[in-house]
Amino acid sequence: MTLPDKDSVLAAHAENRAIRSLLTSLPDSIADAAFDRDELTLTIAKDQIREAAAVVREAGYNFLEDVTCVDWYPSEPRFHVVYHILSHGLKERVRLVAQVDSVDPVIESIIPVWPSANFYEREVWDLFGVRFSGHPNLRRIMMPEEWQGHPLRKDYPVEGYR
Amino acid sequence: MGDMPQFVATSTLLEPRPEEGSGDRTMVLNMGPQHPSTHGVLRLVIEIDGETVLKVVPDIGYLHTGIEKTCEAKFYQQVVPLTDRIDYLCPMTNNLVYCLAVEKLLQLEIPDRAQWIRVLLNELTRLNSHLVWLGTHAMDIGALTVFLYCFREREEILRIFEAVSGQRMMTSYFRVGGLALEPPLDLFGRIQKLLKALPERIDEYEGLLTGNPIWMDRLKGVGHLSAEDAIALGVTGPPLRASGVDWDLRRDMPYSSYEKFQFKVPISHDCDVWARYIIRIEEMRESVKICRQALDGMPEGPIKADAPGIVLPDREDMKSQMESLIYHFKIVTEGFPVPAGQVYQAVESPRGEMGYYVVSDGTAKPYRVHMRNPSFATLQALQKMCEGRLIADVVAVIGSVDIVLGEIDRGDGRECAGDTAA
Repeated sequence: MTLPDKDSVLAAHAENRAIRSLLTSLPDSIADAAFDRDELTLTIAKDQIREAAAVVREAGYNFLEDVTCVDWYPSEPRFHVVYHILSHGLKERVRLVAQVDSVDPVIESIIPVWPSANFYEREVWDLFGVRFSGHPNLRRIMMPEEWQGHPLRKDYPVEGYR
Repeated sequence: MGDMPQFVATSTLLEPRPEEGSGDRTMVLNMGPQHPSTHGVLRLVIEIDGETVLKVVPDIGYLHTGIEKTCEAKFYQQVVPLTDRIDYLCPMTNNLVYCLAVEKLLQLEIPDRAQWIRVLLNELTRLNSHLVWLGTHAMDIGALTVFLYCFREREEILRIFEAVSGQRMMTSYFRVGGLALEPPLDLFGRIQKLLKALPERIDEYEGLLTGNPIWMDRLKGVGHLSAEDAIALGVTGPPLRASGVDWDLRRDMPYSSYEKFQFKVPISHDCDVWARYIIRIEEMRESVKICRQALDGMPEGPIKADAPGIVLPDREDMKSQMESLIYHFKIVTEGFPVPAGQVYQAVESPRGEMGYYVVSDGTAKPYRVHMRNPSFATLQALQKMCEGRLIADVVAVIGSVDIVLGEIDRGDGRECAGDTAA
């Protein structure tokens, strides 16, 4: 099975408000697009995630549901930071993904756009070790302060280190 | 004491201001993690000026057991029992959202009967959760009687859960592809009886609380949260609707055939603890209606999808048909592969939006399972709701957002549920 490429997905969903706004305001920001199982996934260039979040918010996607991360170790870029954004008015959601390399994993915080990202980003830092620049309080949230390592990384054993 | 570390009641999370010795120096108060009104092991560090709250910093993670990591090491079907443990007040909701997510990955059609039983049990779960919330919330504020009344009805709901799944709290009744078993014969009659009694019982709780001047004084105008703040801070569920945002996933993004049910979504523009109380009471009444509709229109038919290799075969078939035996053996020993992809499925849990993000790499084990928990996000709004209020109002506000710590910490919540809830 071959997945439809970025351009055909963008063409098929040209009327989607998130895509339309992103293409108008930040034309280079969409690195990839996919539509699978009725869910739209837009891969956003890492450096533009905060602007892209602001654009998507302006487009009517007003509610940040979730920020999390998937570790694709050992492939690169290793970390996919995933944002689920919901629109109360349009009754649909969009998924933004930003890919972060394993060397010095850092991405811009989106707290200026949605203050609710605060806890989610702390959780991603705690469990995956991806840092969020501009976060006012990037402390561990689940694990104890003095914990070594980031447990949800794929190279961290399920039983922990003994 | 030698090398023993000093006991520190407050941590560096907050420091009293301004410098020591100053007359208007604030005080930092530690509340929890072992505190009866924090519903588990929530720790709040509160900066107070006299009785007035200046700052509230939640400190969480005490129950974290790494359930998301554990899920990655299990087969898809083995994750179901883990999902119960996250939120011990709405196990069925968690089962449902996980099953829906995996079914979406598999593109599996679920028979009507299974969907309707799922809706029925989910609404009972909502009643169960709201009853515990009402009882404990009232107890926090000082109305002890309500607790006993609520737990009387909750007991019957738990007995129904036990009849259906063999477990009172950790039900694990839903399966990927349908239900574990056909419910017992007398079950619908029992539920019918309970539903008949419930509206009167809800009137009874309201009789104890709604007109009560002490209750009104403690709730009205407390914990104000505007609609803008609620959305900005990720608040969902009854607190969001109490702030005037008309949003309910059951109605607006229906799942498991909720679109076939008629119900109202109560909203309020009062934005305070009182509004959240009224909304949950109204939701209980609506849940009773949904349960009735589910019972009245309950379709006949199979309770499992026709998907050999994914759904376990019936016990009888397994004993008489070679093919079923092979499928059974393969599912139990190797699991079933799920096509690669990622889905996010959200449902309206009693506390708000409960979402599961499941990523598959094409194998029989999930590559990543992430839970989006309503209480976790709602906790961020605590500062906004408590700021400038009295210290006693913090207790009312915590009660009104209905937190469950197992869910916030993504851990096994049973430990703290043990005393009152089991």
